[in-house]
Amino acid sequence: MTTPAFPDELGHFGPYGGRFVPETLMVALNELTAAFREALADETFQAELNHLLRTYVGRPTALYYAENLARRLGGAKIYIKREDLAHTGAHKINNALAQGLLARRMGKRRVFAETGAGQHGVATATVCAMLGMECTVFMGAEDVRRQSLNVFRMKLLGARVEVVESGSRTLKDAMNEAIRGWVTHVRDTYYLIGSAAGPHPYPWLVREFQSVIGREARAQILEAEGRLPDYAIACVGGGSNAIGLFHPFAEDPSVRFIGVEAAGEGLTTMKHAATLSKGRPGILHGSKSYLLQDEFGQVQEAHSISAGLDYPGVGPEHSFYKDTRRAEYVSVTDAEALDGFRLLSETEGIIPALEPSHAIAHLAKIAPAMAKDTLVLLGLSGRGDKDINTVISALGIEP
Amino acid sequence: MTSRIAAAFARARAEGRVAVFPFITVGYPDFETSIALVRAMVDAGADGIELGIPFSDPLADGTTVQKASYTALQGGTTPAHAIDMVRRLRLAGVEVPLILMGYFNTFLAMGEEAFIPDAARAGADGLIIVDLPPEESDPTLAICREHGVDLIYFVAPTSDDGRIAQVVGRAGGFIYCVGVVGVTGARATLSDELPAFLRRLREKTGVPLVVGFGISKREHIEALAGLADGAIVASALIDMLESSPREERVDRVRDYVEVLTGRAEANA
Repeated sequence: MTTPAFPDELGHFGPYGGRFVPETLMVALNELTAAFREALADETFQAELNHLLRTYVGRPTALYYAENLARRLGGAKIYIKREDLAHTGAHKINNALAQGLLARRMGKRRVFAETGAGQHGVATATVCAMLGMECTVFMGAEDVRRQSLNVFRMKLLGARVEVVESGSRTLKDAMNEAIRGWVTHVRDTYYLIGSAAGPHPYPWLVREFQSVIGREARAQILEAEGRLPDYAIACVGGGSNAIGLFHPFAEDPSVRFIGVEAAGEGLTTMKHAATLSKGRPGILHGSKSYLLQDEFGQVQEAHSISAGLDYPGVGPEHSFYKDTRRAEYVSVTDAEALDGFRLLSETEGIIPALEPSHAIAHLAKIAPAMAKDTLVLLGLSGRGDKDINTVISALGIEP
Repeated sequence: MTSRIAAAFARARAEGRVAVFPFITVGYPDFETSIALVRAMVDAGADGIELGIPFSDPLADGTTVQKASYTALQGGTTPAHAIDMVRRLRLAGVEVPLILMGYFNTFLAMGEEAFIPDAARAGADGLIIVDLPPEESDPTLAICREHGVDLIYFVAPTSDDGRIAQVVGRAGGFIYCVGVVGVTGARATLSDELPAFLRRLREKTGVPLVVGFGISKREHIEALAGLADGAIVASALIDMLESSPREERVDRVRDYVEVLTGRAEANA
């Protein structure tokens, strides 16, 4: 069982997490840890964050009772936590806003961020525009190609987009380059990580800032149903929306957690991003966690139709949840995710992002066997507008 | 028994020199050539050699070492090749310190309990693990000590006194002083803050201080006299290899290292 004290002083979640970075960054990470601890205890910081979450982000986001979807699937009572309704269209803004305020509090005027699908890049660029800070977003060339709309949005918001051409030219390489950039400009730059990954304190910090999702959902479902859900289901790439949804239920053993990874073209192929299902513990981007790697420890390229899940690592707390069986991790393929995408669009008039379409697809597999009163909380981490081109070409639809 | 590393610094100190440690990525541009390059470096007066184990995600390295790692991996280089290389060099009579440099995931994947003793038996003298800070290093340090291998730690210009103390308490062989706030890569000039940084360290420890990151010229090495005990040259060497015709690589590296060690001047 997890405890609220997690992680320990050095950022360990059991054997995972920690800090594995060049020495140049260590003092900056210590400073960030101290500043974060102070901010957590500072009522003024919390009040400003809560005010902006309400008036700028549009929180609390709705908890929607998905009656049509439940009827179609033939089992379970399904509630959807609508992070797609948050400003900028995904849960990423919760963390970007909070870290932006933290950066300002630390006196940093420049922000670096990495992005995969572009949602975290857009959220960071948005917050920097609002707070008057300089913003550079590192993005893999392959992601720039498939998420051109988000690249345009970031530029419109005044951010500089650094196109990363190394490696697989996706999120992993964008993060390498963001860390290299941070090493070089560590004295005046804040690194705003978008997932619950990276060196301590990021996995902890991002979890705390994303836990607003689960805290709201907990209160909302208690109000609607008078009891806690039986399941909480969310997609897992790096794992920030999932840990944000799960964490406020961590001490409720009756709530079962299911994290859904991207199986890409299938777990028996080399083209997937199912880190927890197929990886083994290793180190990437400064923390120890499950990792897709070969026998010599070289990191393997991930694959997913969804840029936001296309990552060979995963946040360390998910690795801990896997080993302790607090959460179950499953995976669905690109094709199944596309089915999930259509299913929610058709039944509920909600176009989901391809990332949470994975969670929908898994729910579609397990809900038919559930009792009608089994209560399911589904995290809908973002909306699907950014993915329309990908879906059009994957399904061969004539627009 | 005095270690090869300690002996190398004692010799350089006695001769009033800053020791020169060239770097090469194992398997770059290919395995056999990388062995020939090390031998040429030793012939040219290198006091020790740093052998980089290529990693897929070298986040402390600039574009030059990234590309060399990529080339080596494309050529099929594995961590076992690094140990093979050490063994081959020792068989060929190379007596200078050989230090393996890599990222921690490589050691975890190979199993530290197996890989480190293998490296020691082959004749490696030290390990540099770029992303292993002191607070995470104690299990690795214990294995290194058991097998007579020095685990070499980093200190950066950003390190505060508390962090320096953590390193000084554990350091073996030498302390790797990061010459610039940034990633690896050749720079035209040394950082202005370097002398003060090195003096601050010197007050706290007698362990040899070796500067790396940004060193590319003989004048950089000369400028370190009295401040540091050694210098590591990496990216500048690889940049030079990149721009050399295939058949001239070994000779050009020998010439370049002779310039770095001051031997070219002495011979002139």
